[in-house]
Amino acid sequence: MAEYKRPQSLKPMATPYCPGCLHALATRLVADVIDELQQSQNAINVVSVGCSALNLYTWKGDVIGAAHGRAPAVATGIKRCLPDRLVFTYQGDGDLAAIGLAEIMSAANRGENFTVIFANNQTYGMTGGQMAPTTLIGQKSTTTPFGRDPMTTGYPLKMCELMAVLEAPVFVARYALNSPKGVMDAKKGIRKAFELQMAGKGFTFIELLTNCPTNWGMGPIDTLEYMNTNTIPYFKPGIYKDKESEA
Amino acid sequence: MITINSLMCKGCGYCIRFCPKHILEMGKERSAKGFFYPVNIDKDACTSCGICALMCPEAAIEVSDKEA
Amino acid sequence: MEKKFMKGCEAIAEAAVRGGCRFFAGYPITPQNEIPEYLSWRLPQVGGAFVQGESEVASINMVYGAAATGKRALTSSSGPGISLKAEGISYLASAQLPAVIVNISRGGPGLGSIQPAQSDYLQATKALGHGGFRAMVFAPATLQEAVDLTYNAWEYAERYRNPVMILMDGCLGAIMEEVEFPEMKELTADNVKEWCLDRIDGREDDHMITPILPEPLLEKLNIGKGMQYKMWEKLDTKVEEFMLEDAEYVVVAYGIAARVAKEAVLRLREEGCKIGMVRPITLYPFPKASLNNLDYTKVKGVIDIEMTIPAQMREDIELQVKDRCPVYEYGRSGGMLLDDDGVYEAIAKIVKGGE
Repeated sequence: MAEYKRPQSLKPMATPYCPGCLHALATRLVADVIDELQQSQNAINVVSVGCSALNLYTWKGDVIGAAHGRAPAVATGIKRCLPDRLVFTYQGDGDLAAIGLAEIMSAANRGENFTVIFANNQTYGMTGGQMAPTTLIGQKSTTTPFGRDPMTTGYPLKMCELMAVLEAPVFVARYALNSPKGVMDAKKGIRKAFELQMAGKGFTFIELLTNCPTNWGMGPIDTLEYMNTNTIPYFKPGIYKDKESEA
Repeated sequence: MITINSLMCKGCGYCIRFCPKHILEMGKERSAKGFFYPVNIDKDACTSCGICALMCPEAAIEVSDKEA
Repeated sequence: MEKKFMKGCEAIAEAAVRGGCRFFAGYPITPQNEIPEYLSWRLPQVGGAFVQGESEVASINMVYGAAATGKRALTSSSGPGISLKAEGISYLASAQLPAVIVNISRGGPGLGSIQPAQSDYLQATKALGHGGFRAMVFAPATLQEAVDLTYNAWEYAERYRNPVMILMDGCLGAIMEEVEFPEMKELTADNVKEWCLDRIDGREDDHMITPILPEPLLEKLNIGKGMQYKMWEKLDTKVEEFMLEDAEYVVVAYGIAARVAKEAVLRLREEGCKIGMVRPITLYPFPKASLNNLDYTKVKGVIDIEMTIPAQMREDIELQVKDRCPVYEYGRSGGMLLDDDGVYEAIAKIVKGGE
């Protein structure tokens, strides 16, 4: 038996996301956790450029739009000035793992005390489905019409694995949002990351595997299956770093 | 029991796909936004487990363990 | 008040702290490194934060975040780094966030040279970033003026919710002069802005700070900003007019070039030449009236002296002179410095030779 109410941290409106877009689910999960922790007045959502920017319109609470890839730098400025606020960035994979690679690695390495919510849907959704740094080998996009070829485009970037080799981050984890178990685990992970931040422990990084029905060219239900057979075997869900538990 | 807000729903069907009791199906009516949306075809069988709400990207489903 | 003998970069860093600056982010680049070095220990003393960014791009975006909290935020760099900050400065303008950007300029274009130059006038006044916006640009000529302008820079930035630039060259950044510092500004909770992310005032409504707007609102913002720029021109133009009353030749120069040019003007006055000088202190808004209102029945020529080649302020001057007399230019470039004799001879040749 469960009780569930629409989170207060979302405006009472449908999101601008396409039907079945797990960006919307990712945002909703963050809102759920912020409600549970009673932080809706205290949180600051730093959204970046791409479909993640659509958060600007649906988030109820303080929100700021950052330049493409720069959300970790913007969050650094905010958190250093307002250390008692719950600060998180909400970024997509093109934003975080390509144009914003310097900002994310450096903020993580400085151990900035904020949380990064990273929605990885393996495409540039907002601009119409170009190849992302995370696009899978063989996956088609509008700039890899014959499928991603590692000989010319390299390999999909595994951000959690990269984060985990840094000394400073305290919690790094990846979850897949294509099943109830994955979603439940993700919610726990987001909660843990926020709690660590509120305790002043340092940098936390949550990667959420999402989909893009529109640009993958599939129905929503089919994208969930595609994630099972293609995305999850490459981007393995799990906790990549948990400094508190190791200690 | 569950309440589906048709104005929020975009008809992705995740709730239908994951309902363990298989009591949700896509309705025949369109919402004001033009989407088909799911309906509960066997209210008595619903255990208020909340999986439909958990999987709903739009937070269009609310769950309460009280009867309406 | 106590006077201190200080280096230019350090003087403006201290002036910033006294002006209420509590956040700095920057990336090393010559010739402005003394600013971050000074602030790295000075800001923590007053409860401020210093971050050495991983790049100029990151630094200006940290400033964007800090400014959004209502804190007074600063970044500094030099030409190549200012180019990298262009993105963030444009976002500041778009999101209407106040911040101060210092450019201690050097020879350009490209990596250019690390020696002083005034090669960023056009960038500062016309194109600090994409999208068509302007920022006030202050160009001090002495360290005392640099201190005073920096100290008050946030007043302008906050009043107009717009970035402000302090444009100095590497000479002014490196020289030492006697300066007098104003009192530390005490910013209390009352200073919290009605739009910022801080909730210290107990507000319960939510704030959205956004660099993206629906088209009709964006147009409205741009129309408002256009009107604001006109207002700056009326209210905030700063200029020094020197010996213009009977001038037949008028030198126009700013910053370090104005100091060298002033020496030449004084020398020529001693020799009986009727010459004066207009020194823009705000490069934007440009002191149009000082040039437009000259008595062109008397003025035979206007001479633009800049430490850059080709001269960059020339178009702004010509727009006011309106072909009523010839406009000449003299400069050095690439990190080669203006010197007293060179500037004197260049001006003397025009004035005495009747060129």
